Amino acid sequence: MRILPFVASAIVTVGLVTVLNIQLPSGTAKTPKLGYFLSPQHGFWKNAEKVDAGFDASIVASELKGKVDVYLDDRLVPHIYADQDEDAYFVQGFLHAKFRLWQMDFQTRVAAGRLSEIAGSDKLSIDRFFRRLGMVYGAEETEKYINDNNPVMKATVDAYTAGVNAYLKQLSPEDLPFEYKLMNYTPEAWTAKKTYLFLMFMSYDLTGRAASADLQLTNTRDYLGYDLFEKLYTNQQDSLDPIIPKGTLFAKPSIVPQKPLSADSAYLKKQTAVMAINNFSIPPQAPDKNNGSNNWAVAGSKTKSGRPILCSDPHLGLNLPSLWFEVQITTPTHSTYGASFPGSPAVIIGFNDSLAWGVTNAGRDVLDYYELKFKDSTQKEYWFNGTWKATTNRQEIIKVKDSADVVENIAMTHWGPAMFDAHYQNPQSKGRHLAVKWTGHNASTGVETFYKLNRAKNFDDYLAAISLWKCPGQNFVFASKSGDIAIKQQGSFVARWDRQGDFIMPGADSSYDWQGIIPSEENPMMKNPLRGFVSSANQKSVEATYPYYLGTAASFPLYRGISVNKQLATMSQITALDMQQLQTNNYNVFAEVARPALVKFIDNAKLSYDAQKMVHEMNNWDLYNNGNSKGITAFKIIWDSVENAVWGDELAGADIPLTKPEAHVLLDQMNRDSNFSVADDIRTKGKVETLKEQVNLGIEKAAIKWKELEKDNKLTWEQFKATRVLHLTKTPSLSRLNLPIGGGVNIINATTENHGPSWRMVVHLTDEIEAYGLYPGGQSGNPGSPYYDSFVDTWAAGKYYRLLFLPLDKLKSDSRTKWHIQFNKA
Amino acid sequence: MKLESLKIPISILLSALVTFALGLYGNLPWWSFAVANFIIAIAIPLKPWVNFLTGALGVGAIWAGLATGIDAANNHILSTKVASILPLQGSYVLLIVVTAFLGALVGGFASLTGAYLRKK
Repeated sequence: MRILPFVASAIVTVGLVTVLNIQLPSGTAKTPKLGYFLSPQHGFWKNAEKVDAGFDASIVASELKGKVDVYLDDRLVPHIYADQDEDAYFVQGFLHAKFRLWQMDFQTRVAAGRLSEIAGSDKLSIDRFFRRLGMVYGAEETEKYINDNNPVMKATVDAYTAGVNAYLKQLSPEDLPFEYKLMNYTPEAWTAKKTYLFLMFMSYDLTGRAASADLQLTNTRDYLGYDLFEKLYTNQQDSLDPIIPKGTLFAKPSIVPQKPLSADSAYLKKQTAVMAINNFSIPPQAPDKNNGSNNWAVAGSKTKSGRPILCSDPHLGLNLPSLWFEVQITTPTHSTYGASFPGSPAVIIGFNDSLAWGVTNAGRDVLDYYELKFKDSTQKEYWFNGTWKATTNRQEIIKVKDSADVVENIAMTHWGPAMFDAHYQNPQSKGRHLAVKWTGHNASTGVETFYKLNRAKNFDDYLAAISLWKCPGQNFVFASKSGDIAIKQQGSFVARWDRQGDFIMPGADSSYDWQGIIPSEENPMMKNPLRGFVSSANQKSVEATYPYYLGTAASFPLYRGISVNKQLATMSQITALDMQQLQTNNYNVFAEVARPALVKFIDNAKLSYDAQKMVHEMNNWDLYNNGNSKGITAFKIIWDSVENAVWGDELAGADIPLTKPEAHVLLDQMNRDSNFSVADDIRTKGKVETLKEQVNLGIEKAAIKWKELEKDNKLTWEQFKATRVLHLTKTPSLSRLNLPIGGGVNIINATTENHGPSWRMVVHLTDEIEAYGLYPGGQSGNPGSPYYDSFVDTWAAGKYYRLLFLPLDKLKSDSRTKWHIQFNKA
Repeated sequence: MKLESLKIPISILLSALVTFALGLYGNLPWWSFAVANFIIAIAIPLKPWVNFLTGALGVGAIWAGLATGIDAANNHILSTKVASILPLQGSYVLLIVVTAFLGALVGGFASLTGAYLRKK
């Protein structure tokens, strides 16, 4: 042995292997373990699926009670035929895991505040936010309730859980999903709690905006004073076309919420002293303001076939892997098709052989803050109704990769968890100690609503199923083969007095508490109206004669609803194709009103040449937000710039970002043409700007942007908007960028930069159901699969797939049926 | 003499085959082939730098071959994405080269170490 060369080469070898076997720092992130990652038999190469791979398989599982046959069609949609209901959910769990394991795991980690565990202390502020908001607390409440009270749901979720874990058990290490290899961690067993955490995340996504909006509104009001606030953030919407048409009479309310006597001074006009706090934690981005949706159903009286057609397109963040996974579940009790959530059993939006249903977000305010006064820094007592009341302590332990655990001690109060305290602040909380009260914390049997909708046969079944629904409040649209159509806004809605909960409420006085949950029978509902259609697009469900306050107007977008109703009212002899065209309609009803209002104020002769060119482009626009349109780009940057000119000065002086008033506030002012004092730039002393001056100033500023866009070749709407479907880690090469698609805010085709119709569905309730649908993703969550993003281009083009929903014998022989997976009990 | 001249191709072939065979066991760590190449070099003594080359060629060839085969069957779907995550300009060719090079480097040095252990 030659000692020296031996030692030297041994050191090099061991050193190489070691370096290739750890995650190396790369900017703020870390590389994968390169040796492992690049090894063709261990790493990412194993995830590169053969493009012509088949999916036939035979699986034996001891958990099964009977036999299950799964047929996969050419789009990789599984059609599950099971002898037993629980077996069907076992197989659904197995297939969700087979195609979407990493996503299910990742999304529930986000909800549980466990990102730091895999990504390190960078993600700690997001984890702390979700822990302190009570996400885990809410999931635990639900789990406890279902385990104690609902054996059928427990069995359903348990069967689903067993299915996921059966997949995990047979998964070899080299076949781990791609992202685990990239980020260097491994999956853990699924649990029922993870399913409830996933549903908590949906509650947060659809009602959690209030967690930041209530703070922002409070700060905005404190900054502007209540009078100016009321003017800019008015709850009046002149052009509202509610879900339940105007003029509808409402029954006498069973709860008459009483505004506390002290509210005007202690709540609405309250001024809060600002404290300096340095341990700011940046919260995660608030849920998208545009989280919303369209749904509608037209009665047979308006369709060519004489049968109803139901449409639903939920607007959510556009991600890969998609939030949705298409599935058909057929058992002796029911046969259902639609979009399911990887992470939860049953179909969420879909249809069965009797009826169809869809959902849009209700937008109602179900999350409030209460300001606390703790006796001392131990936070063991807080002031409540004139005495010191004891808190209990809830401990949340956050594991952090490569670092020590972080422990959150959360004081639990009458209202809920003390989210903000001396140990946790963000820039918007401004030193306040705040407890959060949220219907999301309450035990929820949400899974049961879908379980029952999957099996519903008629209107009564539908009503019974949705009456169980609590959070997030939804507009459930319904249509049946028998000819009924209906819509109902359902959830646990707080019986509020006017503006209750828009701002932080006093937490020492129980008279500010919620005075009840509105009984389900009093929630807005409409069945078989004369006009022949029902619809919702996140607008206010009812006009002001409804006896309860819905929440601040900013939560209720106006214009999509107007567009949908206007179109549906004039249509007749409707076909499924007409409904597809309506779902992808790009008409801008806001601009229809806003453009002439703007033009009135434009002094064209005084504008610069560039500004004139841009205004010309806007004036000649056909009012459609089509991808190739430049007119919408001109309108959009002009409107935004004018808004900034008008509002900017009022909001600019604050040390934290304030909420911008809704678009309709400025528009309504322009149309009223009154002396609009807010137009004046308060920064220019001794000079009073008129609205006209501000509009023209705004246009000149927009012209500068217009020139820049022209230089970058970004004047067409699709280039300007650059719609993208982002991988959950935001890695560009795993995403689909710059999609050629129109649409936008206020448009029925609500596609913005990274948000829009996340599942489009049209169901024609003929004897043999004629259904169409797709989502911007693909059935496989594997970036190395041809099925990863296979629907994206079709989706962007506004086209649809005919959904395969057939009895077993016909499905087996259909040319689109490609593969067969057999499940047998051991 | 004849056997002597076959030692080089046998070394390369053995290195490639054993690397592949060990890779079939997903539970073994990815670097198991390094240990194997170390042992092969002890078993088949050559000049140390020749052992380096046989190990590097064996592992490099099998890794290159496997990656190329997988990539072709996958229509470069995943390799193109990974070659953008790693700083390789989205080039699947570069990614295969880097893959093979890393394998070769580890294989080569493992063999070299074995060769020096045996060398008198």
